[in-house]
Amino acid sequence: MRPLAGVEDEEKWLAEGIAGIQHNAFFMHRALDANNLREVLKYSALMLSELRTSKLSPQKYYDLYMRAFDQLRQLEIFFKDESRHGLPVVDLYELVQHAGNILPRMYLLCTVGSVYIKSKQAPSKDVLKDLVEMCRGVQHPIRGLFLRSYLAQVSRDKLPEIGSDYEGDANTVMDAVEFVLQNFTEMNKLWVRIQHQGPGTVREKQEKERNELRDLVGKNLHVLGQIEGVDLEMYKETVLPRVLEQVVNCKDELAQYYLMECIIQVFPDEYHLQTLETLLAACTQLMPTVDTKIVLTQLMDRLSNYAASSPDVLHEFLQVEAFAKLSNAIGKVIDTQLEMPIVGAMTLFVSLLTFTLRVHPDRLDYVDQVLGACVVKLSSLPKLEDARAMKQVVALLSAPLEKYSDIVTALTLSNYPRVMDHLDDGTNKVMAMLIIQSIMKNDSCISTADKVEVLFELIKGLIKDLDGTDMEELDEEDFQEEQNSVARLIHMLDNEEPEEMLKIICVVRKHLMTGGPRRLPFTVPPLIFSALRLVRQLESQGGDITGEDVPATPRKIFQILNQTIEVLSSVPCPELALRLYLQCAEAASDCDLEPVAYEFFTQAFILYEEEIADSKAQVTAIHLIVGTLQRINVFGVENRDTLTHKATGYSARLLKKPDQCRAVYACSHLFWVDDLDGIKDGERALLCLRRALRIANAAQQMANATRGSSGPVTLFVEILNKYIYFFEKGNPHITPSDIQSLVELINNEMQSDNGNTTIHSDPFFTSTLRYIRFQKQKGGLMGDKYDLIKL
Amino acid sequence: MNYLLGAFKPACNISITFSDGKNRKQVPMKKENGQTALVPLFQSQETISGKVCIDPYQGKKVEHNGVKVELLGQIEMYFDRGNFYDFTSLVRELDVPGDIYERKTYPFEFSTVEMPYETYNGVNVRLRYVLKVTVTRGYAGSILEYQEFVVRNFAPPPAINNSIKMEVGIEDCLHIEFEYNKSKYHLKDVILGKIYFLLVRIKMKNMDLEIRRRESTGAGANTHVETETLAKFELMDGTPVRGESIPVRLFLAPYDLTPTHRNINNKFSVKYYLNLVLVDEEDRRYFKQQEITLYRLKEDASS
Repeated sequence: MRPLAGVEDEEKWLAEGIAGIQHNAFFMHRALDANNLREVLKYSALMLSELRTSKLSPQKYYDLYMRAFDQLRQLEIFFKDESRHGLPVVDLYELVQHAGNILPRMYLLCTVGSVYIKSKQAPSKDVLKDLVEMCRGVQHPIRGLFLRSYLAQVSRDKLPEIGSDYEGDANTVMDAVEFVLQNFTEMNKLWVRIQHQGPGTVREKQEKERNELRDLVGKNLHVLGQIEGVDLEMYKETVLPRVLEQVVNCKDELAQYYLMECIIQVFPDEYHLQTLETLLAACTQLMPTVDTKIVLTQLMDRLSNYAASSPDVLHEFLQVEAFAKLSNAIGKVIDTQLEMPIVGAMTLFVSLLTFTLRVHPDRLDYVDQVLGACVVKLSSLPKLEDARAMKQVVALLSAPLEKYSDIVTALTLSNYPRVMDHLDDGTNKVMAMLIIQSIMKNDSCISTADKVEVLFELIKGLIKDLDGTDMEELDEEDFQEEQNSVARLIHMLDNEEPEEMLKIICVVRKHLMTGGPRRLPFTVPPLIFSALRLVRQLESQGGDITGEDVPATPRKIFQILNQTIEVLSSVPCPELALRLYLQCAEAASDCDLEPVAYEFFTQAFILYEEEIADSKAQVTAIHLIVGTLQRINVFGVENRDTLTHKATGYSARLLKKPDQCRAVYACSHLFWVDDLDGIKDGERALLCLRRALRIANAAQQMANATRGSSGPVTLFVEILNKYIYFFEKGNPHITPSDIQSLVELINNEMQSDNGNTTIHSDPFFTSTLRYIRFQKQKGGLMGDKYDLIKL
Repeated sequence: MNYLLGAFKPACNISITFSDGKNRKQVPMKKENGQTALVPLFQSQETISGKVCIDPYQGKKVEHNGVKVELLGQIEMYFDRGNFYDFTSLVRELDVPGDIYERKTYPFEFSTVEMPYETYNGVNVRLRYVLKVTVTRGYAGSILEYQEFVVRNFAPPPAINNSIKMEVGIEDCLHIEFEYNKSKYHLKDVILGKIYFLLVRIKMKNMDLEIRRRESTGAGANTHVETETLAKFELMDGTPVRGESIPVRLFLAPYDLTPTHRNINNKFSVKYYLNLVLVDEEDRRYFKQQEITLYRLKEDASS
C-alpha cells in the first residue's frame, strides 16, 4: 500500500519516476538507433520498471504511464521491422518473456503481441487470449488497471471484428468480444479491489481516486459497444449477460452504479429494448446503496427518447411490453431496497410516468397504474414529510397535466386524487393551483358534473380548511390568489345542456359551502353569476318550460341561489350578499318571476336594515337598491309601491345631508321609468326632487352654521340636472318656471357665497347652463320646449 | 645464463588437435583463471581422435622415456584441492623411448569412449574431461600438456512425466494450490503452470518462482551442500483475491542450467528445485520448494 504522503512527496516521486524513464529511454533510443535488440530489451525493461512504483496516486501514476506509453510507441515501430532486430516475431514474443520482473515483461509482451497480431503469423485470437491471460500476473490494482488498459489500447485496432483485417477463418467477432469481456472483467475486479487496500480512514480519498480510474474500466464497455458485428443475438446471449454478471457479482456500489450507467449509454437503444428484462433484473440485484433510481431513470430517458425518435419503433415497445417490465422492475426495486428514501421511490415513479407519457400517450391505464403503485407505496408510509419527495410527487402529478393539455383526461385517472391525498396541505394547495393553472392555460372546459366532482375533490385543499391547517400561517396575499383562482375556475365549468349545468352548479355549491367564512366571499359570486348565466340561457330558450318534471327551471335555480346567498350573508358579508340578492332579483324579474324577485328584494332590504350599519356602505347600498329597483318591471303596483316606499324611506334616513339629498333625488327615478310601459308618476317624481331640494337647502344652512360658508352649490346643480332630465322626458309636473327658479336660486347662492370666498364659477353649473342654451338654439321640438325657460 | 634460462623453459611445444576440430561444435567453458575459452564438445560413445604434435625448440633435442596420451575423466573437489579422482583413464602409447630432434606428429584415437558423466563446473566440485600428453623424462621431469573438452550427454524424453500438483497453506492465512505441467524438463523447456489462490488473508507484495540448484559433495559426515538461486522470476505483482489463478510461464533457455546429476560416482549430486516464494508486505517470505528433474534433450541439428 502506498504510504500516506503529502503532495510534495508525491511530486518528488513522480519527478524521480519521470527522470528514470527518460534516463533509460535515452539508452533505449541509442540501442534502437544501433538496432541492438539485446540492449533495447534491457533498457526498455529498465524504463518500464519505473512503473512498478507504489508511491503514486492514480493521477500521478497516469502521468508516468503516459510517458512510458510514448516510448513504447517507438519500441513498437522497432519491433515491427524485422530487418532491424533480425528475429522472427514469434521468437521475439518468447524473448521478451525472459524478463524477470512481471510488469516490464507484460508491457513488452503486449507491445510485441500487437506486432505479432499485425504480422498475422498467428491467429489474432490466440495472441489476444494469451495476452489477456498472462496479464493476470499483475494483481496490484492500479498497476494492473493501467497494464490492462494498455493492452486494451494496443489491441483496439487489432480485434477480429467484422470488416477488420484480423477477422476471418478461425478468428470471429466472438473472439473479439470474448477478449474484451475478459479484459473488462479483470479490470473491474482490480478496480473494485482498490477499496480493500487501505485503512478505513482514507476511504474517502480512495473513493475519489477510484472515481478517477473508472473510465479505464468503462472504456472496455465502449469498445464492446463499438465492435462491428455484435448483433442483437450476440448481445443478448453473450455480451450483456457476461457484463451484468460481473456488475452484479462485484458487489461494489461505485462500480455497479458507474457500469450500469455505461451500459445504458454505450449500447444502442434498440438492444436495451430487446433485453429489457435482463437489464432490469440486474437492476434489482444491485447493492442496496446503489442509486438504482438514477440508473433506471437514465434507462427510461433513453428509451423514451428512442420512442420519440421515430414512430416506427413504437411497435417494438409494445412487442416487448416495455411498460409492464419497467413497472415491474421498479416495483421490485422499491420493494427490495427498503432503505431507499421515499424521494427515490417517487423519482422512479416520475421517470416511469414520463416514460409512459412519452411512449404510450394513449394508454391512460398505464398512467393510472403508475399512480396506483405510487399510492400503494405512499400509503405504506407515515405522512409524507420530506420536502424533496413532495416535490417529486408534485412533478408526478404535474406530468399528466402537461402532457394532456386537456385536464379532463387527468380527471379520469382514478388514482390521481388518491396520490394527492398523500400530500401535505401546503403542497396539496400548490398542486391544486397547478391544476387550475393548467385548466386556465389550456382554456379547457369541464362539462360534466362527475368530472367537476372529481376536480373539486382534487383541489379541495383550496376549497376548504383541511385538518390541522393553521389559518394564522397563511399569507393573505397567497390566500387571495388561491381563492381568485378558484373563482376563475368556476367560470371554466360549462355545459350547453341546462340540466347538466345545473348539476354542475349543485356540485360546485356543495363543495364551496364547506369553504368557511374566509372563502365564501371569493367563491360564491362566481357561482351565483354562473347560475344566473344558466338562468338567462334558459330564459332565452323560452322561459315557458315550467313544471315539476323539468329539473332545470329558473325557479329552482333561484331557490338554490337564495340559499346560497343566505349563507354568505351570515358569514357575515352583508354588502356582497346584498349585491348578489339584487342581481338575482333582476334576473328573476327578467324571468317574470315576481314573487321570487320580491323575495330577493325583501332579503336585500332585511340585510340593509339589520346588517349594514356603516353609513358609507348604506349610501352605496341605497344607490344599488334604487338602481336595481328602477330597472325591474315585473312588480305589480302594490309590490312596487311597497318597495319604492321602503327605498325612499331609507334614502331619507341616511346620516349625512348630502347623501340624503342624493339618495332622494335618485329615488325620483323610481317613479318615472323611461320605458314605453314604464311607470310615469310625474308627481311623485317631482315630490322627490322637491324633497331633495329641501334637504339640499338644509345642508347648505348647516354648512353655513358650522363652517361659516355654505360651500359649493353642487347639490343644487345636481338637482337642476334631474329637473332638466325629467323636463326633457316630458314629465308634465316639471315646468320651465321650476327650472328657471332653480337656476336663479343657484345664482343667488353663488353670489351670497362670493362675499367671503374667491369667485369661481362652478363648472358643472356652467356647462348645465350651456346645455340649456344649446338646446334653445338648436330649435326643433326640444328647442321649443326649452324656449320657455328664461335665463 | 642462456643455458640456465633454457633449462626452465620446456624443451618443446606440444599441441593437441582433434581430427574433426574444424567442424566440431565448440562450447564456452570457464577456465580456472576465470576466462572463458571455447572447447570442443563430445558426447559419450564418440570416438576421440586427433594428433599430438611435439615440436622441440630450435636446436634442442628432447630426450624421453616414452610419449603417451591419456584420456582422463576427473572429479575434483575444491575443498580437497589438488586431489583428483579419475573415474575414466585411457592410455595410448605414442612413442618408445628415444630422442626427438624435430617436429614429430603422432596420431591417436580413442574409439567409442564411454563417458557417462557430463562435464560439470560447480561451486565445490568439478567434473572434467581432459586429454593429457606426457613426454616422460628421467631427470628433468616429464613434459605435460592438457587439452580439455566438454562432454554433454543427451537423454530421451522421459516416458513418465507427471505434473506437479500440490496444495499448501498456512492455516487461516494463506491457502494455495499450484501446478507445474511436468516434473521433468529439458534444458530449453518452458515451465507452464498456474497458482490458484484458495484463501488470501495476507497482503502480498509479489510472488516469485525461483530455480535453485543444490549441489552436494562428499559423503557421510563430509557432505557439503551448496545451494544457488539461478533464476528469480516474478510471477505476480500485488495481492490477489480468493479464487484468482495466476499463470506460470517460465522459459528455461536463458538460464545456465545443467541436467540433474544424481550421485555421480558417489562423489556428488546436482539437483534442481522450483521454489515458489510469496513475499508479503512486511517482507516475510512464504515458500514451497519442489524438485524437478532436468535433462538434456537431443537438440536439433540446427541449434
